[in-house]
Amino acid sequence: MRSDRGQSAPLRLKIAAACGLLFLHLPILLIFVYAFTTEEKSFVWPPPGLTTQWFAVTWNRPDVWEALSLSIRVAAISTAIALVLGTLCAAAVSQTRFFGRETISLLVILPIALPGIITGIALRSAFALADIPFSFWTIVLGHATFCVVVVYNNAVARFRRTSGSMIEASMDLGADGFQTFRHVVLPNIATALLAGGMLAFALSFDEVIVTTFTAGQQQTVPIWMLEELIRPRQRPVTNVVAMVVVLVTLLPILLAYYLTRDGDQIAGSGK
Amino acid sequence: MTIAALNSNPAPAILPGSGGLRGAFSDLFWRRPKLLLFLMLLPPVLWLGIVYIGSLFALLLQSFFSIDEFSGLINREFTLKTYGDLFQAANLDIILRTVTMAALVTLASAVVAFPIAYYAARYARGRWKALFYLGVMLPLWSSYLVKIYAWKLILAKEGILTWLLVKLNLLWLLDGWLSLPIVGGNSLSVSFTGTFIVFVYVWLPFMILPVQAALERVPGNLVEASSDLGASPGQTFRNVLFPLALPGIVAGSIFTFSLTLGDYIIPQIIGTSRLFIGQAVYSQQGTAGNIPLAAAFTVVPIVIMGFYLWGAKRMGAFDAL
Repeated sequence: MRSDRGQSAPLRLKIAAACGLLFLHLPILLIFVYAFTTEEKSFVWPPPGLTTQWFAVTWNRPDVWEALSLSIRVAAISTAIALVLGTLCAAAVSQTRFFGRETISLLVILPIALPGIITGIALRSAFALADIPFSFWTIVLGHATFCVVVVYNNAVARFRRTSGSMIEASMDLGADGFQTFRHVVLPNIATALLAGGMLAFALSFDEVIVTTFTAGQQQTVPIWMLEELIRPRQRPVTNVVAMVVVLVTLLPILLAYYLTRDGDQIAGSGK
Repeated sequence: MTIAALNSNPAPAILPGSGGLRGAFSDLFWRRPKLLLFLMLLPPVLWLGIVYIGSLFALLLQSFFSIDEFSGLINREFTLKTYGDLFQAANLDIILRTVTMAALVTLASAVVAFPIAYYAARYARGRWKALFYLGVMLPLWSSYLVKIYAWKLILAKEGILTWLLVKLNLLWLLDGWLSLPIVGGNSLSVSFTGTFIVFVYVWLPFMILPVQAALERVPGNLVEASSDLGASPGQTFRNVLFPLALPGIVAGSIFTFSLTLGDYIIPQIIGTSRLFIGQAVYSQQGTAGNIPLAAAFTVVPIVIMGFYLWGAKRMGAFDAL
C-alpha cells in the first residue's frame, strides 16, 4: 500500500476535530444572541424577541463606565510595568548564560503556573502584614506580576530568532551600545513587544481571581460581572457587557497574532 | 596584556573611547557585560522577589500561626495545629473532591483535545493551519467570566440545552442523570456535572496547544510505517502516537490540573454548595477570618503541584511546553 503525502484525514478524525472546535466556539457566540433578547428575568431559549434597547440602557449605567475606566487604567499601567520588566528579563536570559538562569525563568513563570488563588491570597496576606491599604496600586501590583510572563515569553522567542551577529556588526561599524539598542535591537523586537503588551493588556483586563483579593471597594469589569453573576440586578445589561468584553478582548489578540506571525520573517533569523 | 590593562592605558588604545557620558556607559557595559547583566536583572528580580516571593513567604508564615477559637484573633506563635485542622473529615473531603475533579477534568481534556491537536498537527496546512491556531487561541484568551456566563445560559433549567433535549425527545435522559446522587442536582447549572463540563471547556485550549506541539514533532512516515507493517489505526495510536504525544499531554495536564485545583469561581457560579479547595480558601480568609487555615489550605495545591511538576520534568514534559 502506498501512502501519499497530502492525503486527507479519516472521516472520524475530521468529525471529532470539528466537534471539538464547535464546542469551543458555540458558547461564546451564544452571548451575542442573548445581548439582543427581550427576555429580562431568565435565560429562556429561544429568545422570545429581539431588541437593541439594552445597549442604550447599558450606555447610561454609570457603574459600568466606572468599572471600564478602572479596568483600562489598571491594564495600561500593569502592561507598561510588565513591558519593562519582561523585556529586561528576556534580554538577560536569552543573550547570556549565567548561574541561576533557570531559576530566573522559573521565577517569571511561577505567578501563572501556580493557581491564581495562591497569588491572590499571598498578596493579600502580605498587604495585611505590611499594613498596606487597598488601592488602585495594590491591584496594579498583582496584575503587573503575572503580566510579566506574557511579555517575557514573546520577547524571549524573538531574541532567540534575532541573530547575535547583527549586534556585533553594529558594534563593529562603530555604534555604541545605546545606538545598537535603538537602531538594531529595538526594531527587531518591536512587534514582539507590541504583541506581548497586547496580550498582557488582555490578561489584565480579564483577570478576576487575583483582583478579588487585591481590590478593596473598587470594581474592575470582571469584578463587576462576577457581582452580577452572583447577585443579578439587570440580566440584559450583563449580557451586553459580556458581548462588549468579548469584542474588546478579541481585537488585541488578533492583532498580537498578526504581529508575531510576521515575526517569523524577521531579519537575521536563522531558524 | 589583559584587556583591562589595555584600557587603563589611554594612549595606545586600538579604538578611541566614545565621547560623553553615554559613550562612557556604553564602553563600561561593553567591557563589563556582567555589570550590564546585573543591571538588567535587578528590576525584574527585585519586583518578583519582593512582591511575589515575599508574599508567598508571608503566606507560608501565616499558615504556621493559629486562630484563637474564643476571640477569633490570630495568635502569632509557631504551631502546626492549623495543618492538623486540614485533616479533619470535612477538610479532607474538600481536598479529595478537588483532586478527583482535577484528575477527571484533565483526563477529559486530553480526550477532547487529542483529535483537534492531531488534525491541526498532521492534516491542516496553510490557511487551515492558521485558522485552527486562531480557533484555539481565541477561546483561550477570551474572557474567563464571559465563558462561564455563557455556560450558565446553556445549562440553566430554561436554557438552550433543555430546549434542545426537548426537541430531540431526550429530556428523560437529562432527568435520569440529574436524579443520580453526587453528579446530579436540581439542574445542570447547580450540579457537579455542570462544574465538570465548564472546567473542561475553560481549560481545554491549554491542553490542545502542547499536545499539538508534541504531535508536530512526530514524523508522518512513522505513522505510515506503522500501518505499512500491518498495524490497525487503533494499534498505531496505542503504540506510536500516544507514547510520542504523552509528554505533550503531561505538559497540558500541568495547566488543566493546577488551574482546576485553585479555581473557586466556576464551582461557585456553576456547582453545588459542597466546597472545593479554592472556595474553602476564599471563605476562610473572607467571612471566617481564619487566615492561617486559608494559608494552610493553599499549601495543599502547592505541594501537589510540586510533586506533579517534579514528575512531569522527569517525563520530559517541559520540552513540550
